[in-house]
Parts: sequence; C-alpha cells; structure tokens
Amino acid sequence: MAAWLRRILIVALITLAIAAPLGQGNYIIYVMTSWLVFSVAAMGLNLTLGYAGQISLAQASFMAIGAYTTALLTLAGWHWLAAMPLGVLACFVVGFGLGYPALRVKGHFLAFVTLAFNTLVFLVLRNEEWLTGGTYGLVGIPRPNLGLFSTMRSLPFYYFTLTVTIIAALAMWGIVRSPWGRAFRALRENPIRAESLGVDTRRITLLAFAIGSMYGGLAGALIASLVQFIEPGSFGLAHSLRILLMVAVGGAGYFFGPFLGAGVVILLPEILRFTEGYYLIIYAVLVIVMLIFVPTGMIGMWGRIRDRFIARPVARADLQQGAQLK
Amino acid sequence: MSQPVLSVRSIVKTFGGIKAVRGVSFDVHKGEILGLIGPNGSGKSTLFNCILGQLEPDAGQVHVYGRDVSGLRPSKLNRLGVGRTFQQLSVFPKMSVFDNIVLAGQEHRGTMLSRLFGPSDAGLTADAERMISFFRLDHLRGTLAGSLSYGQQKLLDAAMAFMAGPALVLLDEPAGGVNLTMLAHLRERLAAYNAEHGTTFVVIEHNMEFVMSLCTRVIVLAEGAVIAEGTPDEIRSNQTVIDAYLGG
Amino acid sequence: MMSQFLQVLLSGLATGSIYALVAIGFALVWQAAQTINFAQGEFVMLPAFLVLVGLNYFDLPLWGALLFGLAMSILILGAAFKKLVVEPILPHGGITLVIATIALGILIRESVKEFYSAEGQPFPSIFPSDPINIFGAVVSLQDILNLVLSLGIVVLLTLFLNRTRTGRCMQATAQNPAVAEILGVDVKRMVLYTFLINAALAALASFLITPVYLAKFSNGETLGLIAFIAAIIGGFNQIRGALVGGLLIGVLDNLVATYVTAEYRAALPLILLILIILVRPQGILGTPEGRAV
Repeated sequence: MAAWLRRILIVALITLAIAAPLGQGNYIIYVMTSWLVFSVAAMGLNLTLGYAGQISLAQASFMAIGAYTTALLTLAGWHWLAAMPLGVLACFVVGFGLGYPALRVKGHFLAFVTLAFNTLVFLVLRNEEWLTGGTYGLVGIPRPNLGLFSTMRSLPFYYFTLTVTIIAALAMWGIVRSPWGRAFRALRENPIRAESLGVDTRRITLLAFAIGSMYGGLAGALIASLVQFIEPGSFGLAHSLRILLMVAVGGAGYFFGPFLGAGVVILLPEILRFTEGYYLIIYAVLVIVMLIFVPTGMIGMWGRIRDRFIARPVARADLQQGAQLK
Repeated sequence: MSQPVLSVRSIVKTFGGIKAVRGVSFDVHKGEILGLIGPNGSGKSTLFNCILGQLEPDAGQVHVYGRDVSGLRPSKLNRLGVGRTFQQLSVFPKMSVFDNIVLAGQEHRGTMLSRLFGPSDAGLTADAERMISFFRLDHLRGTLAGSLSYGQQKLLDAAMAFMAGPALVLLDEPAGGVNLTMLAHLRERLAAYNAEHGTTFVVIEHNMEFVMSLCTRVIVLAEGAVIAEGTPDEIRSNQTVIDAYLGG
Repeated sequence: MMSQFLQVLLSGLATGSIYALVAIGFALVWQAAQTINFAQGEFVMLPAFLVLVGLNYFDLPLWGALLFGLAMSILILGAAFKKLVVEPILPHGGITLVIATIALGILIRESVKEFYSAEGQPFPSIFPSDPINIFGAVVSLQDILNLVLSLGIVVLLTLFLNRTRTGRCMQATAQNPAVAEILGVDVKRMVLYTFLINAALAALASFLITPVYLAKFSNGETLGLIAFIAAIIGGFNQIRGALVGGLLIGVLDNLVATYVTAEYRAALPLILLILIILVRPQGILGTPEGRAV
C-alpha cells in the first residue's frame, strides 16, 4: 500500500472511531469500547505470535493481572493513571519470568508454560479471598476522573479508551518499525541466518513476549474500569484462546490485523445471534476453514483479492526458494 | 609471527560411530584467504559447522584471536567479529536489499534499548549505501531480496556477512550455482574487499578454479583429515591430492 | 500412615496410567507429523459422549456402545482429523496448525455442550468399584483394573511397534520419513496409522477415566494439559517417556492433594513443567535433539 493511501486510511478510521458512537445507545457504546480493549490485548499478542513467532496462551491471565492490580489500587484510592502502570509493569515482570525458562528450549514450550499458567492465575484469584475477593470478585471499581473530563458515563469512557488505544498503537508502531521490528521480520523469515548475523534470537523473543504481555495488562486495566466488576471466571483459558483466535483471524504479523480480528470476535455473536448457542461452533469451523485456505487471516485475504484483480509486478516464483535452511 | 585470527585445534566430530572429522588443526592469519577443499564427504562442512558453533565438536578447540569460542551461540560468535555465508541462499526474501543489509549491521550498533527507541535505520544508512555500492547492487536498493537473481542473492549474502565489519568471514560455497560472469564479478569483489579491509577469509568451495584464483593458501581434506596444505600452485601439483580426488 | 500412603500411591498410579495413554498418543502424533495437538484433551472427552449416544439413542448394550464409541473415535479423531485438518494445514507451518487444533478443541467442546448437554453426565463403569484390601491399603478394584488394563495396552502397543513389520515401518517413518520412503515404506499410510492409534488410545483412556468423574464437555481442559506435560516430562520422543511422565504426574498429583495442598493441586503441572525445563529440558528419558537455535 502506498504511504499516502495508508495515511488517509488511518485518518479516516480514527475519524470514524470518533464519530461512530455519537447518538448511539449505551449498549452499542459498550460493545465498541470492549472492541477497543480487546484490540489492545490482541495487539500485544500479535507482537508475540505474529512478529516473534511464539504462541502465548495466557493473554487473558495477563489481563487478569492488569485488571486486579488496577482494581485493587483504585479501590484503595489510587488514580487509574497511577495504578495502571503498576499493573502493566507486573505483567512485564511475570512475562519475563515465564518466558525466560520456556524460551530456553526449542519447540513450542512457551505455549505449554502459558497454558499451565492460566490455571495458576485462576487458582490464585479464586483461593486468595483476602486479596481478590475469591469467586465473588471485586465490585465497584471506579472509573478514572480526569478533572474536567469525568469518564463515569459511557461515551466519555469510550473516548478515554480510544485515546489510550491510539497511544498504545503508536507505541507498537514504534516497536515494529524500529531495528527490533526488522529483527522480528528477519527471525520469521530465516532464524538461522538472523542468528548468524548477531541477532540474539532468544533474548529478542523473550522481550517481545514480555512486551506483548504488557499490552494484556493494559487491556486488563481498561476492562476493570469498563465493567467495574471483575471475577476469576472472566479471565479463564477460554478467553486466552479467544484473543489468540482474534490475532489469527485478523492476520498475525499485520499491524492492523488485531483490530480487525477483535472486531470480528466481538461483533460475530451479535451478527450470529439468530443461531443462539451455536455461534462458537460456527466460528470455530470458520476459523479452521480460513486457516486451510488463507492462513494469513483476513488481511491476507484482502491481499489475495488485490493480487487477483489489480495487476502488480510479479516476483519470479522460481527465485523465491532457497530461503529454507535445513 | 603474530597471533592467528583463527586457530583450530584437533577438532574431532563423530556421527554415530562414523568419524566425520578426525583431529583437524590449522591456523589462519590476518589478511589471508584460506581455501578449504576436499571431495564430497571429506568432512569440510562438518568442520565448518564445528568452527561456527552450529555443531558441537566431540573434542578440540576453536580460538578466535586467542579466545576460546567453543560452544558459543552463533549470535555471540558473530558479535566477536566472525561473519559467515551459507551454502544455500539465505537472504531475507521478503525484505528489501537495503533492509537486509541494515539488519546485518544493526545488532552491532548500540544496545537492545537503543535499538528499540533509536532511529529505524540504527544510524546505518550511510554504511549500508556504501556496502550496496561496493557490491554494485545500487539499482536494486529497494527491491525485495527474494526477487533478485540467484547470483545477485549470492552477492547480497556476501555483503551481509561483511556489514558488521568482521575480522574473519567464513564463506560456505560462495560460487555454488553462480553463472560465469557473476562468478568473475563475485571473485573480483571478494578479493577487492580483502585488499581494502584486510579481512581474513576461510572459503569452502567445490569450484577449483574459483579457489585457486582467490585463495592465498589451500588446505585439502580427505576422510576427515588434512592431507595437504600449501599455495594454490603447490596443491595443483600435489600427487596425494590428485589421488584423493580421483579415488574419491 | 503407611497404608494411606500406599493407597494414595496406587490410585495415583491408576489415574497416571490413563494419563500415560493420552500422553503416548500425543507423542506419537508429534513424532509422525510434527503436530502438536492442542485438542488432545477434547479427544479424550468426546469418546465418552459417543458411548452415551450409543447407549441412549441407539439403545446399544454397554459393550456395543463402547465398540461404537471406539469406532467413531477412530473415524472422527483419527482419519477425519488427519485428512481434513492436519493434511491441508501442515504445509502452512506449525504455528498455523497449532491454532487450528485450538479451534478444533473449541469446536468439539462447544458441540458437545450444545448438542448433548452442558451438565455432567454419569458414565457407566466398566469395572466394579468394590473396595479391596492390598497390604492394608483399601483400593477400589476399578483402580487396580484400570492400572492393569492401561499398562497392558502400553505393552501391546510397544510390542506392536517393535515386533511387527508395520510397527517398525511406523518407527522408521517417525525417525526419518525421507529415508523410510527410500526404503520402500508407505510413509503416508504409516502417518495415518499413527493418527488412528492416537484416536484409539484417547478413546480407551476416555472409557477408563470418565467413570471416575462425570462425562462433561469441559473435561478436556485439564486432561489435555496433563497429557502434554506428561509427554514433556518423560521425553517427547519416547513411548517409555510418556508412560513414566503420566505415572509420575498421577502419583504426584495424588500426593500433593493429600499431603501438601488441595487448593493448589491444579498448579502442579506448571511447577513440574518449569522444573523439568530448568533441570532436564529433554525430559527424564529423552535424548537432547541439539541445542536451541
């Protein structure tokens, strides 16, 4: 995509995001806000999965860490802006601690470690009642008050979330276009060559996972204020898998993939409401079918359509092999 | 004589009872272009991989500037100033020529943090342009590496190995599959780089003509051991070598 | 004291041997097709429901329903899984396939929930659960027979893989498909057999373990995790490894629940996993495959 076209598109999207909730009911605004929140979580996982090529199955657990930290601190009188960074930092530290052992071994060990980690987080949230309120959860979490701009009503909170999301997206943009981003791409295309050029693949993968987990924490801090009530069940394995599928559906490794994927996952239940309980079944089938035919997700699908109907210079296919090293 | 750039001491590597490399030792000094040749299965690739830390030798040491580098990860070895190319094409096909080159240098600039928060080119644009010009790839700067011709990819591959300014570069069959015109160009550029920067090369190669015209010294391996060593002219007339090739 | 310990140990071995069946299937599929099957837990959950369908909808006797469940499992979780999911997606890369198996897990789980029931269902026991007395320990006959039967299955499987021509061809395929192909092994067929065996093992494990709990759509979550961890702990590339891993987890889980903490017993897999990575990443019986690059 040409740079100017992309810029126009981004401005148009932001304008749309600002204008869309105007005049809408609370429910629609709520759905849009949760779309933003899950986009943030999925954006982080996209760094881990799409850029660094590691599967994390604990993004909801990191949301839980962010949500509970923020909730506990704001309930104790802290401001959201002070509480949130602590939650995000906690996610970085925990992510680092989990990833450090897991990434020492070749293979998808991070997937197993994070899978098991979901259980631990759930157990802590449920058993440590003195801190987390156990199965009853935490109630009455305040929303941030920004002086003139109170976010108690749903529309201001939406704009608050939108601002946070845009800042988070800009930070992510900075990461993927920095030398790190180049190293990620190199890693994905040819890890052995990247390593031979001095890329410390293990360390950079670990940091990608830890940073991706921070985005989970940020999403958690937002959802605590959005829903104002959190309990262990909202952060189970099913939710981690849901975020993973958002990334895959949108297009792993594409910057805008997570926004698209989160939109689909949030909106699909609304669209498929007529199917009643069957929407997850339909969704799972759609995901498998999509992975068979377009493994690069919806953004990849757009690329296919574009290649098909808009002529562009074609790279000679016979010269593209050779990148594979045994 | 000064300290060798690379010193290989009694490397042994066995694969399930078969001794692929049986106690090979040699030194390489600054500015040398050492050719490593031998018939198929003579153990050159295994030896190469042992030197580069891709395989762990059963015995023996590898020293770079006197430092023991056995068991170092490839990225650490690279940061100590050892570059390499691969036998198979190994550029990053979906990145531009420029990005390929910058990537090859960026890990040697600054810290992890500065590479996250610093400029996107890691301050390497000028160096990268120079390297691209040196290998005469200027017109292809923005082209995706995967759409270059085979020979151009080989050139890019070599350019990447030099980008971090290494003291030692190991070239794994740089001439393999390259057409004659491109081959002459590649040899000329490698020799020019060596003359200009005094970089030490170790070259594994099947193409005798290429080795004999590029290298200053040649070591011949057969059945995992060194059978001859000398200048290209000495090797050409060495009876043991001729027998090894005809017999193998 | 001693008798309680023995009791805990024996019932741990009994559940552990069932975990081992699941872990062995998981490891076999991993070896033969580089497939990390994240739906493995659901593969154990589903067959019990197939048996319930046979019992309640087709009015089959118990043995008939078990055979029906086994056959359907081999068909769906073995053949169809390989043909419809693994074969088309494997060329797109390991991560894509992992995500697909995660989606498949959701599909199986939700289908059972929607089409059968969201409530736990009682499942008929194959063996009587009369208590028997062994050296003072009171153990249910069911546990002992479960242990004997699953160990018997493992022995049979090992004999099949080592002693028969097909079994040896399967091993050759798992170790080096290219060489196996040159030696005239029908590699594709061998890979298919591996998937069928995995489905059969999962079904048998399902029949043995479900009577202990209830048949519930969410059973797969823990079972899958335990199977992965058992395979990793024992050594990914070994049948013996998965067996040892499964038994170890079964026993440790029981010991932890009895003597340490019941509240955090479910955290055991995570702790074991991190320990094994730090101490012996190739697994207890595994051999290192080379360093991580």
